Amino acid sequence: MALLETRDLTAFYGNFQALFGINLTLSEGETLAIIGANGAGKSSLLRTISGVLKSPAESILLEGMPIGHLDADEITSLGIAMIPEGRRLFPSLSVEENLEIGAYGNKQAGYWNLNNVYDLFPALTKKRNQPGTSLSGGEQQMVAMGRALMSNPRVLLCDEISLGLAPVVIKNLYEAFPEIKNSGASLIIVEQDIVQAMKVSDRVCCMMEGNITLSGTPDELSMDMIHAAYFGEEQS
Amino acid sequence: MIFLDSLIQGILLGGLYALFAAGLSLVFGIMRLVNLAHGDLIVFGAYLILLLVSLLNLNVFAAALVAAPFMFALGWMLQKFVLNRVLGDDILPPLLVTFGLSIVIQNVLLETWSADSKRLSAGTLETASLAIGPINVGIMPLLIFVSAIVVILVLNQIIYRTSLGRAFRATSDDPVTASLMGVKPKNIFSVATGLAMIVVIIAALYLGVRSNFDPSIGPARLIYAFEAVIIGGLGSLWGTLLGGIIIGVAQTIGATINPEWQILSGHIAFLLVLLVRPRGLLPRAFD
Repeated sequence: MALLETRDLTAFYGNFQALFGINLTLSEGETLAIIGANGAGKSSLLRTISGVLKSPAESILLEGMPIGHLDADEITSLGIAMIPEGRRLFPSLSVEENLEIGAYGNKQAGYWNLNNVYDLFPALTKKRNQPGTSLSGGEQQMVAMGRALMSNPRVLLCDEISLGLAPVVIKNLYEAFPEIKNSGASLIIVEQDIVQAMKVSDRVCCMMEGNITLSGTPDELSMDMIHAAYFGEEQS
Repeated sequence: MIFLDSLIQGILLGGLYALFAAGLSLVFGIMRLVNLAHGDLIVFGAYLILLLVSLLNLNVFAAALVAAPFMFALGWMLQKFVLNRVLGDDILPPLLVTFGLSIVIQNVLLETWSADSKRLSAGTLETASLAIGPINVGIMPLLIFVSAIVVILVLNQIIYRTSLGRAFRATSDDPVTASLMGVKPKNIFSVATGLAMIVVIIAALYLGVRSNFDPSIGPARLIYAFEAVIIGGLGSLWGTLLGGIIIGVAQTIGATINPEWQILSGHIAFLLVLLVRPRGLLPRAFD
């Protein structure tokens, strides 16, 4: 049985339909990359899985249990954590408080605690008492990643980690993924940086206009196929 | 000497105004809700203490202690079943609902207790005083001021030193992202309003001991509370104490010059601060 599954998943912003019947599965320990252009529906997919956007109960299953109807806080307590697009750190909380609130309610026991997060991102150790939003973009992303890890998630949803960051910073952040995977988390990574996404993922899905247009392992997919699926062009 | 006496009495009076305002400041700081029924809830609290004193033959302090859990539950239910339903991007619905609540509370109190003035008795504490050099300071005003400081200290400890406080601040910053951390924003709002109602019962105790009260005085207490919150800076509890002191000092000095100027002086001080520092003296970032 898949750890996480979506069945004909749809999502709406008012009358605007963002997702059109998405079918996905994520196995235990797997890393799934979702790629696609701006407006393809990648972030909407993660927002729906995390409960920020509502969906029918049976359209999202966690180990076969319908969770689509649950609120975001209930879904988080089941072990699905999200690193939101744009980091969204809490301005009135220090770095350490931002990390601690990730473990609010002591959701799941596991590997991740403050010490292990600081070991993963040593740059944060000396800045633990600073306001989270006073850090550089890359450090803020580390806090956002650490905050999500503090809940010891079974499924980690990563929304555009590379957004607005320099390539060297993105490389540093992605170097943390092997350890995150080793801690037992399964990952769904939404990325526009196709090269990074292909490097860390076991499987890749390409989205366009709220639909999945291509799916396969990184070895199966050529850049031409991805290019065609990404921009909706016919393959020559 | 008269000026010094007025200054000290004004500072102590500021403690009472800070107590009126602390609950309002807490609720506004967390959920950006201006509760127009706040003053009437304080008056309701004073009547509740009066009822408990007469029913259970308690002194006023013990009655306030008994009333505190009831007020927490009342605040929690008010938020959960009424205010959470109208909170959103539009600020008008919660304003209208709390305005309506204010009218309902006033009329229920009027029907139940009549328009006659009431007072809570604290016995000999009311007249006891302490000589500090040439100035005599009333024990009760001193107790009120110390209570205000303790209330603000405790609230700040909760907000800045506990997991609940982190959830308060995170929800205030960004309720959607807070929900992704497992925080239930609506539950947090209910707990915050419950906590504010405990502060309200403390304010009600000292309101009833220090002056007469009747069902119609709530809106005036709301104005003092609101002015203290605005002077101090929205959402800052120490700022609220400072705001209360400024209004209290302005009122007592105004009354020393001419008794008719007491209330007006407080409002003028509020307007002057608003002109010079529109965001208040200690905006939230200073806490």
